[in-house]
Amino acid sequence: MKLPGSGLAKGLAVTLRTMTKKTVTAQYPEVQPDLAPRTRGVIALLEENCTVCMLCARECPDWCIYIDSHKETLPAVDPNARARTRNVLDRFAIDFSLCMYCGICIEVCPFDALFWSPEFEYAETDILELTHERDRLREWMWTVPAPPALDPAAEEPKEIAMARKAADKAHAAAQSAARAAALPKGDES
Amino acid sequence: MTFLDMLLRCVAVLAVFLVLPLVIGQTEHKVMAHMQGRLGPMYAGGFHGWAQLVADGVKFVQKEDVVPADADRRVFQLAPAVALLPYLVVLLAIPVGPGGFVGQAVDAGIFFVLAVMGIGVLGSLMAGWASANKFSLLGGLRTAAQLMAYELPMLLAAASVAMAAGTLSLPGMLEQFEWWWVPWQIVGAFVFFVSGLAELQRPPFDMPIADSEIIFGAYTEYTGIRFAFFLLSEYAGILVICALTTVLFLGGWHGPLPDQLGWLWTVLKTFALALVVIWLRVTYPRLREDQLMKFAWTTLIPLALAQLALTGIVKVAIS
Repeated sequence: MKLPGSGLAKGLAVTLRTMTKKTVTAQYPEVQPDLAPRTRGVIALLEENCTVCMLCARECPDWCIYIDSHKETLPAVDPNARARTRNVLDRFAIDFSLCMYCGICIEVCPFDALFWSPEFEYAETDILELTHERDRLREWMWTVPAPPALDPAAEEPKEIAMARKAADKAHAAAQSAARAAALPKGDES
Repeated sequence: MTFLDMLLRCVAVLAVFLVLPLVIGQTEHKVMAHMQGRLGPMYAGGFHGWAQLVADGVKFVQKEDVVPADADRRVFQLAPAVALLPYLVVLLAIPVGPGGFVGQAVDAGIFFVLAVMGIGVLGSLMAGWASANKFSLLGGLRTAAQLMAYELPMLLAAASVAMAAGTLSLPGMLEQFEWWWVPWQIVGAFVFFVSGLAELQRPPFDMPIADSEIIFGAYTEYTGIRFAFFLLSEYAGILVICALTTVLFLGGWHGPLPDQLGWLWTVLKTFALALVVIWLRVTYPRLREDQLMKFAWTTLIPLALAQLALTGIVKVAIS
């Protein structure tokens, strides 16, 4: 049988033990928080990579990405070729007062122009200021961390695998060509 | 006793009354926070938030003093003072050290102290009735019920000590004190301390305040400095209950240091008990109203009566 009041004593022990332990309070303004990798702070734009495909703006559930662009015609390099057109970005803005940080724009971007940055201290006193224009979005790029390393047992990244495959193929072809050249003619039975 | 001497004693008691409850309050802030794995106030005053209660006081003073339109104006305004002042008066009669180190030695000290402390609860009752608010009224009535239930075991436990010492004067009791009184009166000490907590409406006995159920009980309608007085009276109450338990059951100034340092023992014991009060608050959830009543009538009162019987038997046996 349990002693009467043993539960009460256990409760007292819990609080006393907690008092001797280190507190978990984060003293944020003095001490910066220890953020997890892949923290979703703000979205950065690498505008050099942007082709104005508009996928991000169309997929955005909040419609908070504004893109303006115009087409430019490039003169043909070859007199026989036709002139090429290309999209030029005029405006790229994200309204962070609407953004819900779902990250879909970053997922859908086919050319790796959008990135998560862990910076989160961009509060404003005026809501209009929360619409970050392209230069500000470009500035956030400097805060984007290097991608975290893959897990030890992870599959090789696709681009590396493809490059390796191509290199192996070229290597094998070169080797067989060399072997063919080294062998005297007529021995190919 | 000259007039100057009297004035000095009154000023000293007033200073203690204004400082020590704040010290207990600040200790509560920090101890409670650390018991919950937090840091507590860290900014006010610069060093670990030592001036937090000063900042709170300044804030309370700045606030508007609202009296509800339907309230009984005079009673409403008077209630905080009625809640606070008895503890100041009680503090006068509590002996701190040997040789007249007391605000005012009262012959029937224990009667005086317990009677005056009962008035403090009246403040909550007045506030509850005068606020013209359902929650306040509920809180006030719960206060009244709690006072009825817990005053009795408290008196019985105190009577046991008075019987053991053969005197009603608080310094007189301490002069009679022997170390073996502590184990002899330990049940009485438990009963006195617990019913003291209940009388102060401290968690886990804070049904009359119960902010998650009846807003803040009798104090619902109070703002600003009057509300601060109620809070201050709670901390002054902790001081008084802890000091009284020290004097009655833990031997007050008696300890292994020379008598000149007796006051240090009183202060140390009082603060140790105040820490226990805080500790209990952090640890236990609030009792339900019927559990509260049941605990007083079926546990504390029989225990107090048993202690009284034990005291009587031992007293007869040794005389």
